[in-house]
Amino acid sequence: MKQLSTKVTSNGHGQDSSYFLGWEEYEKNPYDEMENPNGMIQMGLAENQLCFDLIESWLAKNQDAASLKRKGQSIFRELALFQDYHGMPEFKKAMAEFMEEIRGNRVTFDPKKIVLAAGSTSANETLMFCLAEPGDAFLLPTPYYPGFDRDLKWRTGAEIVPIHCSSSNGFQITESALQQAYQQAHKLDLKVKGVLVTNPSNPLGTALTRRELNLLVDFITSKNIHLISDEIYSGTMFGFEQFISVMDVLQDKKLENTEVSKRVHIVYSLSKDLGLPGFRVGAIYSNNEMVVSAATKMSSFGLVSSQTQYLLSALLSDKKFTSQYLEENQKRLRSRQKRLVSGLESSGITSLRSNAGLFCWIDMRHLLDTNTFEAELDLWKKIVYNVKLNISPGSSCHCTEPGWFRVCFANMSEDTLDLALKRLKTFVESTDCGRMISRKSHERLKSLRKKTVSNWVFRVSWSDRVPDER
Amino acid sequence: MGLPLMMERSSNNNNNKVELSRVAVSDTHGEDSPYFAGWKAYDENPYDETHNPSGVIQMGLAENQVSFDLLESYSEKKNPEGSLWGSKGSRGFRENALFQDYHGLKTFRQAMASFMEKIRGGKASFDPDRIVLTAGATAANELLTFILADPNDALLIPTPYYPGFDRDLRWRTGVRIVPIHCDSSNHFQITPEALETAYETARDANIRVRGVLITNPSNPLGATVQKKVLEDLLDFCVRKNIHLISDEIYSGSVFHESEFTSVAEIVENIDDVSVKERVHIVYSLSKDLGLPGFRVGTIYSYNDNVVRTARRMSSFTLVSSQTQHMLASMLSDEEFTEKYIRLNRERLRRRYETIVEGLKKEGIECLKGNAGLFCWMNLGFLLNTKTKEGELELWDVILKELKLNISPGSSCHCSEFGWFRVCFANMSEKTLEIALKRIHEFMDRRRRF
Repeated sequence: MKQLSTKVTSNGHGQDSSYFLGWEEYEKNPYDEMENPNGMIQMGLAENQLCFDLIESWLAKNQDAASLKRKGQSIFRELALFQDYHGMPEFKKAMAEFMEEIRGNRVTFDPKKIVLAAGSTSANETLMFCLAEPGDAFLLPTPYYPGFDRDLKWRTGAEIVPIHCSSSNGFQITESALQQAYQQAHKLDLKVKGVLVTNPSNPLGTALTRRELNLLVDFITSKNIHLISDEIYSGTMFGFEQFISVMDVLQDKKLENTEVSKRVHIVYSLSKDLGLPGFRVGAIYSNNEMVVSAATKMSSFGLVSSQTQYLLSALLSDKKFTSQYLEENQKRLRSRQKRLVSGLESSGITSLRSNAGLFCWIDMRHLLDTNTFEAELDLWKKIVYNVKLNISPGSSCHCTEPGWFRVCFANMSEDTLDLALKRLKTFVESTDCGRMISRKSHERLKSLRKKTVSNWVFRVSWSDRVPDER
Repeated sequence: MGLPLMMERSSNNNNNKVELSRVAVSDTHGEDSPYFAGWKAYDENPYDETHNPSGVIQMGLAENQVSFDLLESYSEKKNPEGSLWGSKGSRGFRENALFQDYHGLKTFRQAMASFMEKIRGGKASFDPDRIVLTAGATAANELLTFILADPNDALLIPTPYYPGFDRDLRWRTGVRIVPIHCDSSNHFQITPEALETAYETARDANIRVRGVLITNPSNPLGATVQKKVLEDLLDFCVRKNIHLISDEIYSGSVFHESEFTSVAEIVENIDDVSVKERVHIVYSLSKDLGLPGFRVGTIYSYNDNVVRTARRMSSFTLVSSQTQHMLASMLSDEEFTEKYIRLNRERLRRRYETIVEGLKKEGIECLKGNAGLFCWMNLGFLLNTKTKEGELELWDVILKELKLNISPGSSCHCSEFGWFRVCFANMSEKTLEIALKRIHEFMDRRRRF
């Protein structure tokens, strides 16, 4: 029997997880305002559909960019032949500047240190190929994006060891959690090559605090390992705080051009901030020449279409557009998040206070029959099959506490969001717990709000109100 | 007595700098070969008709530039407004921008399937649901290797072969290549003996063979694989219970369509699933359509499990939805594709005849070719020694004196020395004439001395 490789027979593709099963159910019965108003509402897909109108109006005013023309002349041939894995210089320059703008122009990015990839899926895997091999592990804080199990491990053979984070402190990364994860890796006979964080976090919807970032940089310094910061959601930061990138921290700690800075790598993509996942535009940014060199060659396996590079270099080079876009994007995301959060609260559901991302991390522990993952899965099935909402259960994100779910809010119209909230409210009120809540709703919400406030206070006390705190 | 350099100790007594992976530091990316060194010389001094007429002419790049006018005029005609999402209005753009389904755009897959059928003169049918899209054939070949083989397994590949395979098939996969040696005694065709020898070689080294990979038409030979050879190959793969990958990236560049037999034709008449299931085809629009920048590759497999897994793996290398959308309408336009395929074949044939006749006048023979963007030229008689060094010496002379970058056979793992691959479709007719003139002058000088 001719066989296929072990990669085929393993479950490394990750598609048996509930994260993907929910999608399958949605595909069978998708909600449509007109055609299928009782269908399933997709709240498990972190897409940003709020600002397409801005891009569309730019396209209407700049027709050359999408029609392979420059100043009215066809550049079809030039683009058709361009397959240089160094990428289009104008495009990398525009990406670098866009990334700088997102970070308030406090840090600079050198276009020569950017390596393009077909989406951050490809970027993350390529970085893994460069930094890790079978027998090695990367530490990731939980909960994390379910796709990482496939992206980081499947073909590379590397392992993920979780850094357990808990609701007791708003799921922040602590020193002891880092150390524990490091020890755990050793127990499993794995060599730790680095830490990978998503900042802002998926699924939490929160940006890492300065304290956490400092902790991470100190940790990788002392352990002599790498730090990958996947900043794919950096442009979705809608809170009133500034987004702090790991690059900010390196700068503030005066670590630029040091050996440590060569072990810090950033991943970025236009799939979330600009809402263009179909165009497959991702990037690795690294201060490490060897990584840039190896990753550049590897990008042959996932180059960005020259047609797409051309369009987006024109779009991102238009500074008037980018500043208007970033501002408007933040505004709309903030207002959507508010709408979701207040709708949830009226059903007695609180969420982790978020300041970024396209989703909220909601607390439905009080709706579980028992404090177990079986109960979480039961609740999830009810919500998927009865309430017809596809949301992502925390277990699929490797959360250590049952009862948390990720709910997306930027991939649908306001009306659809309201409908989803209405369905959820009906469901919650039909449960024993829900009825209890609506009876004592006033007192409960008051005490829940207190909890919410104290989470917020906890985070703020460690933020950059005291910028020179180490 | 040399002492090893002391490693600087870091603060936590870890005296090893954190390493990159073995893959990152290896040279399996192959970029140190002369194949790429010639490119460097070209980049530093590129020929330009007006600005640099004595620069290096790039004849080492298998690009197809002879039919762009057809593509450009099609674009202009069908998209005069330039608005690529025009027909559906604004919904068109956002739908396209959001589309990241690894199944790929159905209209595009249908267009690809129909294009591949046309290239084969309707002698084979392609099911759009068996098409998996990847960002170029580079990605398709690597992906298939990940799926069909494990680290330290091997694929058998007939020599000479495309130098990029050393990287594409081996670098990140950890899979090996064992060559099937072919030589000029029978026009470099694959023989059953050569297949057996390669298989035994692997077995003796305790290496598990997972499949045979051929390029048909062949790069660098510029010739199609004969039907009988394909049938023998499939028999061999069935007997050994291994896979057969046919990279048919140059299938649309065969000068006379009747001379090309795709492995798909052979499989078309086979009912036995256990035979069909081991056959996989790779295709791309980079050569036939001359669109390497758009990154459009595909895997076509008769094996459901391979299709399913390849689809999932393609997440790492999806084709831009913008590009899928643009090319879907072009490739579904029957009138256009028929005209394109026909004219492209004619123009390539004429280019081939020009260069082969021009070389013949100088006493230089080429392998009888019938496809592709290059010819396989025999300069064995010019070597000082019939060795790899002798070949590279001559290559260097041609690069430095004639300012022509051509590819030495040794970079393609050819076991006979003196053969060179010369590309002819990536330049204007005038430039080709200049290249031939330089060869004429060089040979003239040699004849005098």
